[in-house]
Amino acid sequence: MFFREAGQFKTSYNEYLQAFPLREDRIGIAIWIALAVFYVPFFGLPGLEYTFAMNAIMIPVAIFTITALGLNILVGFTGQISLGTGAFMGVGAYACYKLTTYFPDVNIIIIILASGFVSAAVGALFGLPSLRIKGFYLIVATLAAQFFLEWCFIRVEWLYNYNPSGAIEVPQREVFGIIVTGAAASPATRYLVVLGILIFLTIIAGNLVRGRVGRSWMMIRDMDIAAELIGVRPLRAKLSAFAVSSYYCGVSGALMVFLWLGAAEVESFDVNHSFLYLFMVIFGGLGSITGSYMGAAFIWTFPILLKELGKRVFDIDSIVMENVSLVAIGVLIVFILIKEPHGLARLWQLGKQKLRIWPFAH
Amino acid sequence: MGSFVYSILGDPFVQMWQMPDFFIQVIWEGFVSGVLYALIALGFVLIFKASGIFNFAQGIMVVFSGLTLVGLHALGVPAFIALFTTLGVMYALAFGVERLVLRNLVNQPDIILFMATIGLTNILIGGGQWIFGSETKSMITTELLIPTGSSVWEPNGGLVIFQHIDIAAAIIAALLIVSLALFFSKTKIGRALRAVADDHQASLSVGISLNQIWVITWFAAGIVALVAGIMWGARSDVSFSLQIIALKALPVLVLGGFTSVPGAIVGGLIIGIGEKLFEIYWGPLLGSGVEGWFAYVIALVFLVFRPQGLFGEKIIERV
Repeated sequence: MFFREAGQFKTSYNEYLQAFPLREDRIGIAIWIALAVFYVPFFGLPGLEYTFAMNAIMIPVAIFTITALGLNILVGFTGQISLGTGAFMGVGAYACYKLTTYFPDVNIIIIILASGFVSAAVGALFGLPSLRIKGFYLIVATLAAQFFLEWCFIRVEWLYNYNPSGAIEVPQREVFGIIVTGAAASPATRYLVVLGILIFLTIIAGNLVRGRVGRSWMMIRDMDIAAELIGVRPLRAKLSAFAVSSYYCGVSGALMVFLWLGAAEVESFDVNHSFLYLFMVIFGGLGSITGSYMGAAFIWTFPILLKELGKRVFDIDSIVMENVSLVAIGVLIVFILIKEPHGLARLWQLGKQKLRIWPFAH
Repeated sequence: MGSFVYSILGDPFVQMWQMPDFFIQVIWEGFVSGVLYALIALGFVLIFKASGIFNFAQGIMVVFSGLTLVGLHALGVPAFIALFTTLGVMYALAFGVERLVLRNLVNQPDIILFMATIGLTNILIGGGQWIFGSETKSMITTELLIPTGSSVWEPNGGLVIFQHIDIAAAIIAALLIVSLALFFSKTKIGRALRAVADDHQASLSVGISLNQIWVITWFAAGIVALVAGIMWGARSDVSFSLQIIALKALPVLVLGGFTSVPGAIVGGLIIGIGEKLFEIYWGPLLGSGVEGWFAYVIALVFLVFRPQGLFGEKIIERV
């Protein structure tokens, strides 16, 4: 009823191959992007105070969506579980800090995108054991990356320019005369920069996953020996997945520090954050681009909204609400694994299917 | 360059030779923390063998059981009644997990079950902090009649200190492992457990109730967790920062093999002693804090050469 492909004919191969073959999908995406670009930066979110909506919800959600995209490439599309996401984000952040220290005049957006490559190299290095081991054993390898890199962020003083506090503090940088990073940057600017990078990386991820590389990842995930037998090179597929995934994580880590936190210590990249990102991916849906968006948005905003709800409606202490939200997220994870192991993305798909055939049942 | 090589290959051994009492002390400290790693890893192995589930929540079960014990005692419950009530809580947890989580996830891929246990971890952390508060607590050591003094041993004029808590921990852990081994090999339920570990479908066909076995294994893992929680709490404090240390059970598992009880013990001791030695003698070269990642790197190197662990079964894959 609301969603109907009847009457939409494809007359060329290119039309078949486009990302959103349905006209309704294209209109929907256009509306979402228009809202995100033209409404949110000026008015924030309805019902919430503007700076709170930007700084506590929209900017982090956009950044964590990039992380979730990256982790989803590794866990959801290639089937390699990683608990080192936090550390890979840290590599991106510290790389960005060092690069902008050495090249203060280079456009900061280029530096952020370049720092992802450092993270990609480190990720590929720690991905090497995945050629020998898999499954739960790989968790140990990624945990080794997590703890080793965390230790480096504390002990290698060169990384934070010998700052006695041990933190990296973001300098002010301008792009075409507009202040983008540092304390003086406006939330709207920072949000738009993050959103731009997010959209750019989403397009790349979507096309990677649809193409030859993505298919080799999925073959490795579904059965690596069979994939090897029919000519997929595990070395290339696994390491490229690690590299691409770490690139996304590195970029999001750099964005997190430079455009959101403003200063960061090693605590921002610890193993608890790695769990958080894994939750986003599980909850949104393993192996789904849309799922990464939904998971990041849900896992990040749910505790915040729950806390607000507890404060405003029931007048409950925020520490108690923090524990309540931990329990609630745990219960939701178990619940969604039992009811719908493919996460929110599958629910969304089922909903769309229902809309397509409404008012009929089948 | 020469002095650098000497500081790696020569100097630490010279130090060990010159101060044997200190060396023994380091080994002993490593041994005790190794026992505790082994206990946590043991809980993992029990559940992994019986149900093929990689129970990520094992570390948090250690903290949770310790917290329940201390929390109950803080409410005025006598120590030993609190101990048995905690056992009851662990049984209720095992029963609840089986009924609400495992039963609904039968036949799902391993990764889904693993993630369910991560969800369980969240529930236990949030629930534990909610009920008992998030501040650090000290273990009720004297109330549980655990000795707290220390003995001094002086070999050739040196000085080695043995904390009685540590000796008690090692003895209790050994007793626990022996009784578990007897339980597995001599009782009817133990035979059923081994049958399930061997082949799920075959054991179902001879009338073993999988659900019941799962409750029992989770309860056994809960008991192991409680013992580890008491011991660990007695050495430091009971707090949720333990969960990071509990992750060290993973490299222990890798070293020992996921399905081997002796492997968990040997692996725990190797990791415990190895990381203490490395921290004390080689750590200063790199700056301190190497304990945090040394175990993982050892496990990583080990994995590349022997993926199934020291005692694990050979991994055979078929298409």
